[in-house]
Amino acid sequence: MAGIAPSPPRAGPPTAAPAPARTTTEPPPPQPSRTGVWIGIGTIAMSFAALTSAMVVRQGAAPDWRHFQLPALLYVNTLVLLASSGTLEWSRRHISSGLAGVYVTLALGLLFVTGQVVAWRQLAAQGLFLATAPSSAFFYVFTALHGLHVVGGLGGLVYVLHRLRGSTGPLPLAALGAATLYWHFMGGLWLYLLVILVTRV
Amino acid sequence: MTHPATAHHHAPPRGLLRTHVFSLDHKVIGKQYLDLALVAVCTGMLLSWLMRLHLAWPETPIPGLGKLAPTGAAGGVITPEYYLSLMTMHGTIMVFFVLTTAPFAGFGNYFLPIQVGAEDMAFPRINMMSFWVTLVAFLVLISAFFVGDGPPLSGWTAYAPLSAVGKDAGPGQGVGQTLWAVSITLFCVAQLLGALNFITTTLDLRTKGMSLARMPFSTWAWFITSVIGLIAFAVLMPACILLILDRVAGTSFFIPAGLVISDRLQPHAGGSPLLWQHLFWFFGHPEVYIAILPGFGIISHILPVFARKPLLGPRVMIACLVAIAFLSYTVWGHHMFLSGMNPFSATLFSVPTLVITIPATIVTLLWIGTIYGARLRFATPALFCLGFVSVFVSGGISGFFLAQPSIDTYLHGTYFVVGHFHFVMGVAAMFGIFAATYFWAPKMFGRLMNETLGKWHFWLTFIGVYCVFMPMHYLGLAGNVRRYSAFTDDYLKPLIPLHRFITIAALFTGAAQLIFLYNLVRTRLRGPKASDNPWEATTLEWSTTSPPPFDNFGGRPPTVYHGPNEYGTKGAAGDYVMQASPAPVGAA
Repeated sequence: MAGIAPSPPRAGPPTAAPAPARTTTEPPPPQPSRTGVWIGIGTIAMSFAALTSAMVVRQGAAPDWRHFQLPALLYVNTLVLLASSGTLEWSRRHISSGLAGVYVTLALGLLFVTGQVVAWRQLAAQGLFLATAPSSAFFYVFTALHGLHVVGGLGGLVYVLHRLRGSTGPLPLAALGAATLYWHFMGGLWLYLLVILVTRV
Repeated sequence: MTHPATAHHHAPPRGLLRTHVFSLDHKVIGKQYLDLALVAVCTGMLLSWLMRLHLAWPETPIPGLGKLAPTGAAGGVITPEYYLSLMTMHGTIMVFFVLTTAPFAGFGNYFLPIQVGAEDMAFPRINMMSFWVTLVAFLVLISAFFVGDGPPLSGWTAYAPLSAVGKDAGPGQGVGQTLWAVSITLFCVAQLLGALNFITTTLDLRTKGMSLARMPFSTWAWFITSVIGLIAFAVLMPACILLILDRVAGTSFFIPAGLVISDRLQPHAGGSPLLWQHLFWFFGHPEVYIAILPGFGIISHILPVFARKPLLGPRVMIACLVAIAFLSYTVWGHHMFLSGMNPFSATLFSVPTLVITIPATIVTLLWIGTIYGARLRFATPALFCLGFVSVFVSGGISGFFLAQPSIDTYLHGTYFVVGHFHFVMGVAAMFGIFAATYFWAPKMFGRLMNETLGKWHFWLTFIGVYCVFMPMHYLGLAGNVRRYSAFTDDYLKPLIPLHRFITIAALFTGAAQLIFLYNLVRTRLRGPKASDNPWEATTLEWSTTSPPPFDNFGGRPPTVYHGPNEYGTKGAAGDYVMQASPAPVGAA
C-alpha cells in the first residue's frame, strides 16, 4: 500500500465546495486521501488477519512449533515507532511552527526499520532462519511485511514533506492528515503483531 | 468550473505516450484493461480449443502444435501433463485476466467515474499503476509457456502440496509454478489498488445531487464488487507469498511431513495442505462474485433501457447485491466437501450456499418482472441481457445439486461441475461483457456497432454455448471424470461421440466470436457516428458527448435531479427523464 499516502488530495464534488453561505448542517467536504487510507487500513488489516489465522492453523497442524526468545531489541524498536507516531501527531497539530517534527518522524521511522533488520541478524546469529521452524518463518513473514508497509509509509511521508515544502498557497493538510493516519496504523499494527509474537512464538 | 477546488488536477496531456500509453485518464485505462482482456480471452480460448481437440481425438496430432510445444506435444499429440498445463493456464487466464479485468476493472474504470459525475478516479496515478501491474502479471504468467519445462499443471486453484514442492511434482512445477504464484501476487496488488480507487471515488467524488440511492445499478455493482475484492485479494496475496516461500525458501506452510513425490522424500515437514485450500477458497468463492456481480449491475443497468420500463424493485436489487456480497464470505467450504475436512463443517457450509440462492433468485425474478409486459426493443445489448438471464439460470440450477454434500460427493470430480461453473460464472459473465460492449461502444468509440453482425453474433453464441456446456451436465451424471486428458481405453469410451459433439460446437462457437472481433475493430475504425444518447438512456454517461471529453463533462460537472430508473414516464425528450435533467418526472 505504498502508494496510498502520496496521492494528492482530489477536488471534492460540487456539493463539497464551500458555498458562500454555508450552513452548519452541511457535511464537511470529503477528503479522498483520508478515505483512501482508511480503505488501505481495512485491506492491510485483512491481510494480517489472514496471516494470523494461517499461523494458528499451522501451529496446530504439527508438533514442530519451536518457541524461541524474541530479541530484546524489538521492544526498543516498538518504543521508537510509538515515539515517531507522537512526533508526527505533534507536527500535524503544530504545522505552523515548522516541519521539524516530520523530519524527526522520518528519522525515527528509518531507525525502526534499521532496528528490525538488526533484530533479524540477531536471530540469524542464533541459527534461526526463515526455514528453521514454522515459528521463525511466521516471525520473518510478519516483520518483513510490516516493515515493507512502514517503508511505504516513509515514502508517503517524503512525498507529503515535498509537497509541504513546495506549497505556496494553503498547506496540503489533508495529505498530511492521511499520512499521519497511516503512520498511526503502522504503530497499532506493530503492537498487535508484537502481542501475537510474544504470546505464540 | 465554478470553483478552483473542482479543477481537474491534471491538465489534458499531450503526446502519444501520455495520452495513450502512460495515461492517467480513467477512460484510457479502462480501454487498456479491455484490450488486455481481449488478448487474454483469445489466448484462453485457443487453449480450450487445444484441450477440446485432444479430448475428442486423443491420438490425432494437432498440426503445428509439435513445433510450438516440442516437449508437451511432441509430434502434435498432447501429453497428459501438457493437457493439465493447458487447463491450468486456461483457468488462470480466464478467471483472473478476463472475468476480473473486463467487467470490473475495464468497464468499471471507464464508466464508474462518469456515472457518479466525477472528472476522474480519486487517485489517477494509483489507477495507472494498477493497470500496469496487471499487465506485468499477465506477461509473467504467459512467460511460463517459454521457460523451463512449461506452464504449471496444478490447476487455477494451485492446490498444495502439488503446487508447493517444486519440480519433483511434474513438468511445469518448477519455474512455471513459481511464475504463476508471482503473477497472481502481482495481480492481487493491482486489484487492491483498483478497488481502493473504485471505493474512494464512489464515496467521495459523487457530483451534486448524486446520493447513494440515485447511483446507477452498475455503479452499485462495481462498488460492491470492489468491497468484495478488497477483502478477497487481501487474503490471496499473503497466501501466494507463503506459497512462494514454500517453493523457494524451504519453509513448510503447506507441505506435510513424510511426503514422497517422484520417489524423493520432500525436505519439508509439518505443513497443512488444507490451509492452502481454506485461504485459496476464502478468496476463490468471493472471486466468483467479483466476476458475476458487475454482470448483475450491467444487466440491471441495460435491461430497463430496452424494456422502456423502470427496473422492478430497485432497492430490493441493491439489497440482494449486498446480501450476496456478504454471504459470499460464508460459503467457501463448499469447494472442499471432498478435501478431507470435517464432514460436519460440510453441512455448515452447505446451508449458506443454499441461502445465497435466495437473493440470486430474487435478482433473476426482478429482471424477468422488468421485462414482463414491456415492449422490448430487441437491439443486440438487449439480446445479450436476455441471454445472460438464460445462462445464469441454467448454470445456477445445477448449483442447487452441488450445494449438497451428499450429491456433491458423486458429482464433484465430474464434468457436471465443469458445465455448472462455465455457465454460471464463465458464459454469464461473458454475456454481461458482450451486452456492455454493444451498449457502451457508442459512448466509448463514438460509433455504433453493426446491429446485423451483433444479432448474428448473439444467436450463434447463444446456441453454441448451450451445445457446449449443457451436455457436460449429462457427462457428469454419467460419471465422466474431469481433469483427465483422454478417455480412450475405459468405461468412458461410449461417451466419446458426445465429447466430439462438444468439441465441434466449441470450435464453431469460438469461430462465431470472429464476427464480434470484426465488428469491434470495424467500429473503432469507422462506422456510423453515434449521437450522445443513442439508446435514450437516463444515466450521466449519456449526458456528455460520445466519446466524452478529457474531463468527462467539459468543465461543467452535472447536477443530478433524479434516480437512474425514470423510464416509462413523460419527459421532455420522450418516455424517460435523464438524471441530469431538472425537469420534473411526469406520470405516464
